[in-house]
Amino acid sequence: MSDITFKHHDPNVMLELWHVTKRFGGLTAVGDVSFKIKKGEIYALIGPNGAGKTTIFNLITGVYALTEGRVIFDGTVIGQGDAIIKDDMRETDVKPFRKQPYDIMSRGMARTFQNIRLFKSETVYNNVLTACHAEADYNIFQSLWRLKVGPKWLTKYYYQEKALREKTEELLKIMGIWEQRDMIAVNLPYGQQRKLEIARALATDPKLLLLDEPAAGMNPEETLALMDLIREIRDRFDLTVLIIEHHMDLVMNVSDRIFVLNFGKPLAEGTPAEIQSNPEVIEAYLGKEDDGDGDA
Amino acid sequence: MFSWYYIEGILIQSCYTLLIVLGLSILTGYTGMFSFGHAGFVCIGAYVSILCTMAFGLPYWLSLIIAGLAAMLLGAGLGKITLNLKGDYFCIATLGVGEAIRLIFNNLQLNINVGGKDFLLDGAKGVASIPLHTTFKSALVIVIIFLTATALLMNSKHGRSMLAVREDELAAQMSGINTFRSKMLAMCMSALYAGIAGGMMAHYFGYLQPKMFLMTKSTEYTIMVIFGGMGSITGSVLGTVLLCALPELLRAVGDWRLVMYGLAVIVIMIVRPKGLMGGKELPVGRICRAIGRVFTKKKKDLPPPDGGSVGEEASV
Repeated sequence: MSDITFKHHDPNVMLELWHVTKRFGGLTAVGDVSFKIKKGEIYALIGPNGAGKTTIFNLITGVYALTEGRVIFDGTVIGQGDAIIKDDMRETDVKPFRKQPYDIMSRGMARTFQNIRLFKSETVYNNVLTACHAEADYNIFQSLWRLKVGPKWLTKYYYQEKALREKTEELLKIMGIWEQRDMIAVNLPYGQQRKLEIARALATDPKLLLLDEPAAGMNPEETLALMDLIREIRDRFDLTVLIIEHHMDLVMNVSDRIFVLNFGKPLAEGTPAEIQSNPEVIEAYLGKEDDGDGDA
Repeated sequence: MFSWYYIEGILIQSCYTLLIVLGLSILTGYTGMFSFGHAGFVCIGAYVSILCTMAFGLPYWLSLIIAGLAAMLLGAGLGKITLNLKGDYFCIATLGVGEAIRLIFNNLQLNINVGGKDFLLDGAKGVASIPLHTTFKSALVIVIIFLTATALLMNSKHGRSMLAVREDELAAQMSGINTFRSKMLAMCMSALYAGIAGGMMAHYFGYLQPKMFLMTKSTEYTIMVIFGGMGSITGSVLGTVLLCALPELLRAVGDWRLVMYGLAVIVIMIVRPKGLMGGKELPVGRICRAIGRVFTKKKKDLPPPDGGSVGEEASV
């Protein structure tokens, strides 16, 4: 299917959700959610358990089909439900479509998972090497010839593979798990598995990185280190980051803007300061009485 | 008892079985999809190749290529329909197709007349007096070519994508890997190998009967892959050679040999649940270098071996 370019696209916007709704039977998991993420921003998605945060990730990445609305990534419509809202009118004769997840991801998106999903029985090195495949375009027959010199057709494997290996090494060094490169992924300590997952996500050269609870199961020091890491990779790789997180310290410190979701419905959007002082958010998310501990 | 003729026969059988198992190893061991209908692809390959040599008088090597391509075509068609099925459903689909192919040949009455010569395909009666083209040398050359090609391919991005599909399909998709394409590639290659092996088999036995491609054959190939260790090429080689030779070595115990065969498989699976090699490769490169060092008697230190896969000599 040819790409649909979104006409009213603002070039500063990386990802836009346009009145997105997802229903599972009678249950509305996500109801009429709209937001725009600007390029270079760290945008956080928060909400109590079951608010539909991970569902939104799955809608963006094409794992689920949209019921209504549109997802626009860098100017291209990557998913559309059977109804959209146009000029404040609800149009229902829309042709729904969904792109394949690999297609969406290879347009410059990458994600990590809430429950870590590594290539478990492979080495750390191979986990990342597998993910950086996009730059190499040698075909099956070219992978049988590994000459260093000779006609371009026969040397393609050697030079492209070399580039992939250099990139893998660089990524593992940045994430600080180069020493563990020969370990089987599943044997890594929990925090390093998280790092490996981020390294693997970065290997696909993303423009937009989706992090699903990256600090889950980490202790406060690790969370602090992760905060710095997220900022560092954002600057180094020129990324836009969308992050789901429960650790309030991390969210409030690292993100530029926050979107609050409650029972699938949008509740508030704003800077960390605005969110912290929003009475609705405090009531819905942090509880009616401030008990001093922000972690729900 | 062990005349060279007899041993050569077992070796040829091991060679073409190895080719089938190698193909199945790509599909099952590397991509993680269990096929219980592989005898069907072997069947297609066998019949297409004898059709080429006996009816159309084509040379043996060309008949093998055509047999492989025919099986691959079927594999591609089957893949298009079934590759979106998950786990057990894919198993059932391949099982059904494998049995269907055998039953088609069981009932197929075909009389082909090319240039005044009659060629009769007579259902369950089978085909006899097929020219015996398969020699040990040619079988060995073919197997070594495919072994090398497989090892090289598995050590490339295409092989890594297949492994990623086996490990975690969703994560593979989220890394931008076209998982359907990877599965399709595995399916096509695996069918290609089976088809070529089928041609070799037909031209070794000299006769062909649909009964030779029962479901038990398919399970036997799958056992060899699992026995050797999923995702290991050297494991597949070891598994195949051992399991091909074992029933012959056990002829001494007469009727009990199949019981012993089953027992041996069970014991190995209990002792080594991940198969003989458990997903690892024998360090062929390191072994070769060690042997080379013994022969040349050089005391010079060699660079540290990295990984040690089959295709290591050529890898980056």
